[in-house]
Amino acid sequence: MKKPLGHMTALTFALLSGLMFGLGLILAGMANPAKVLAFLDLGGLWDPSLGLVMGGAIAVGLIAYRIAGKRSTSFLGLPMNIPTSRIIDKRLVIGGLVFGIGWGLAGICPAPAFVLLGAGSVKGIVFLIAMLIGMGVFELLESCRKN
Amino acid sequence: MIIDWNNFTPWTALAGGALIGISAALFILFNGRIAGISGIIGGLFRPVMHDAGWRIAFTLGLILAPIIWLLFAELPNIQIDATYNLLIVAGVIVGFGARYGSGCTSGHGVCGISRLSPRSIIATLAFMGTGFLTVFIMRHILGA
Repeated sequence: MKKPLGHMTALTFALLSGLMFGLGLILAGMANPAKVLAFLDLGGLWDPSLGLVMGGAIAVGLIAYRIAGKRSTSFLGLPMNIPTSRIIDKRLVIGGLVFGIGWGLAGICPAPAFVLLGAGSVKGIVFLIAMLIGMGVFELLESCRKN
Repeated sequence: MIIDWNNFTPWTALAGGALIGISAALFILFNGRIAGISGIIGGLFRPVMHDAGWRIAFTLGLILAPIIWLLFAELPNIQIDATYNLLIVAGVIVGFGARYGSGCTSGHGVCGISRLSPRSIIATLAFMGTGFLTVFIMRHILGA
């Protein structure tokens, strides 16, 4: 096992990953909610681009996670935090269904919401604040459920 | 179904997708973390010692992306047709649903499918399904 490198190195890689993710979204056209909705609009003029975005991302991801799955620590010596649950429960399905409704209403999902903030889009910022409130509501309900 | 060939951008879609994939690859191989945005943000609601830094750094990267992009080129068109009221409703639903279902387009859709996780495949089918359905109802039944 490699010795963990400095905290700053890990933070730099996290920043770079986020930056590349955001640049990828912009290049792919996914920071534009109208384009996302054009993909979701099967009944109208359909823009299949988002399907290729997912295809391109998954093609790279498949290789990366194959390598990651064989390692017990990351290249920086950090623990691998890969989910292990295989239980398909109501929460997973209902959460997915609910999320899809919101996604279909505005054409914005969590990652592009942050890109829209950086782009200075007022509508994007309003969505982002509402999204954070939705996450807060989830946390509140969770803490009530546990108590 | 009629394909909108004029707005179909296969090459930038594939290249942007690959960049997203490389980002997810870096994040798992160097940080040992899944590039799932709702989970990354959700973790900030329950602060744990030494757990917030990487979350904030990744999110900061996302926010900085359009600013860095602007140094080299003009930002592509951003068009949001939804009204403010609709954006607020959609935002709350997205935030709640993504956390309730343990992930969104990035965590389940990109990373989860790349891991061949059955949970993520089911979640992605679920949100794709209601995404398609919602747009169909909004545009072709309600005519919004």
